[in-house]
Amino acid sequence: MTSVSTAASGQEAVAPHVTPERRQRGILLIRGATLLLGLVSLVQLLSVLGYIPFGFTNWQPVLIAYVLWSAALCWGLVLRDGEAGWRAIFVLPAVLFTVALVIFPTFFGLYIAFSDWNLQSAGGRQFNGLDNFYQLVADPYFWNALGNMVFYVATVLVQYAIAFGLAMLLNADIKAQKFFRVAFLLPFMLSPVAVSWMIGKSMLEYRFGPVTHLLRTLGWSQPTLLTSPWLAKSTIALMDAWVWIPFMMIMILAGLQALPKDVQEAAKVDGATGWQGFWQITFPLMLPVSVTTVVLRIIFQLKLADIVINTTAGGPGGATDTISSYIFRVYKDRSNVGYGTMIAEVYLIIIIFFVALLLKFTSRFMQRAV
Amino acid sequence: MPHVVKRILIYAALIIWTVIALFPIFWTFSTTFKVAKDVQMGNIIPWVDFTPNWLGLRAIGLSPDTIFTESTPRVEFIKRFWNSIQASVGASVLALILGSMAAYGLSRFSYHWKIWKNRDISFFFLSQLILPPVVLAMPFLVLYKELALLDSMIGLILIYTLSVLPIVIWIMKDQFDTIPQELEQAALVDGCSIWGAFFLIILPIALPGMVAAFILSVILCWNEYFFAALLTSSYAKTLPVMVASQTGSQGISWWSMAALSSAAILPLIIIGIFLERYIVKGLTTGSVK
Repeated sequence: MTSVSTAASGQEAVAPHVTPERRQRGILLIRGATLLLGLVSLVQLLSVLGYIPFGFTNWQPVLIAYVLWSAALCWGLVLRDGEAGWRAIFVLPAVLFTVALVIFPTFFGLYIAFSDWNLQSAGGRQFNGLDNFYQLVADPYFWNALGNMVFYVATVLVQYAIAFGLAMLLNADIKAQKFFRVAFLLPFMLSPVAVSWMIGKSMLEYRFGPVTHLLRTLGWSQPTLLTSPWLAKSTIALMDAWVWIPFMMIMILAGLQALPKDVQEAAKVDGATGWQGFWQITFPLMLPVSVTTVVLRIIFQLKLADIVINTTAGGPGGATDTISSYIFRVYKDRSNVGYGTMIAEVYLIIIIFFVALLLKFTSRFMQRAV
Repeated sequence: MPHVVKRILIYAALIIWTVIALFPIFWTFSTTFKVAKDVQMGNIIPWVDFTPNWLGLRAIGLSPDTIFTESTPRVEFIKRFWNSIQASVGASVLALILGSMAAYGLSRFSYHWKIWKNRDISFFFLSQLILPPVVLAMPFLVLYKELALLDSMIGLILIYTLSVLPIVIWIMKDQFDTIPQELEQAALVDGCSIWGAFFLIILPIALPGMVAAFILSVILCWNEYFFAALLTSSYAKTLPVMVASQTGSQGISWWSMAALSSAAILPLIIIGIFLERYIVKGLTTGSVK
């Protein structure tokens, strides 16, 4: 079993005496619960595989057994290790929760990824080896979506520049700072689905949306914002920027407010102009906050889906697809989980490599290494 | 550059961005009160360009003349609204409980589980932020089907808890790190247990951080669409899914879509106006020292 030994940091452990009987009870409890979990899983597995005629109607009892096992494990550790057990159970519930709901499903995903599995048909799962992988390598829509992700991630830098400008404005000596701050923050809080409708479907409506109306007035006779590929992609990027700029702005603003004022004052006395002062003093001092903000933002950007799904559904012809929206469409169109999961797992591996590289090159500039 | 010109430019830029940030919200609220003709004419200013009409609110049964009568759309709308509240508040509470405990443990004790030390456990939790929802989506679809959790509130709450847990741990750990350890040591000397010290002494001090984490979680869960769209159908469907399901068809009734969108964003706007301080606190955790 997990051998848990914790050492006190900074404070003396008030180690109460753990009697051998109590220790024994703890060990028994943990073993018993493990046995129960194993037994319930085994019965259900055998019954699903058809080796035994009885069993549960679904896997829910196994989940309940896991919850019971987790509780028994926590209690058993307290009995067995005393003070150290009390400490361990601060973190243990969150760990058990995450293992059950993230680690297990991610690996279970591999089981799905190598299969042809239509949830609507009665056939169930058909193992098909690397077929999904070969399909993926030859799938132009996948590579197209991956290319779009590069574009969407690159737009983060533009968002960053705008966010920095806005943060500087808010940090200037202005009246009604609180009003502007709240107004600027609001877009970040809105539901992407509502934003898709508010802006994508209604304000950009081809015939009478206010934005297209404005563009026509400005002399653009055919504002095909969501129907020509590059324009559509840029429009999605703009909507995404509208939602996410406030997030970056708030982080940068907090950084600006934490800057020592006297440094900037000193620069002014030395005769630096505003522009020089910014590039030589403010910007270098802000580098750690900036890098942290951009890296976090890129990580969130890799999940971009909702706006695309609800505004263009990936169209026209996949021009606005992100990996997530493409997988969503693949599933909705064919109810087949095998291929979608294969894309997702490959995407996960790409992301892990990308983020690891990103962190490797940026972590020394960052405020606090993750 | 003269000082006055500079100030005018600053305020001009501020006002332009305020319009960019607020106009879509204004547009949505005002479209709720427009009839088809006003939408097609692109009328913008109420009482000047068009006469407000109860059309949008009538479509979801909330206008003055329909609010006391039987209304199927209203029942449906309230059900979805209530589902959204349950899912976001339930998940945030669960994440706050699990996350605060874990964050406190990581902040105060040094663990040594096999090769796992505090740093590794922290990284384990934070690395979940990288995981895109789409990786979990289909495994959850299959697993939830087997576990009979598809289209259930519990299932939705579990997965939402999961998605906000790393953020809650991040915020709470930062919060606990700022509280001096002497406080608990004094309590321990007085005969308090470590859990007693945690509940009675530390949690009350960490309340601002908890509020920040809670509000941020509620916002994120309230807006969540991807999992809700995949894992719920009739019973546990949330408000964003309801809004999204109305958009597909060609003949959208603008006023009712506007009314639904307004309902989806209004609670968050209220939260944003009154609790902005906590949102900023939650967002900037750990990035600025």
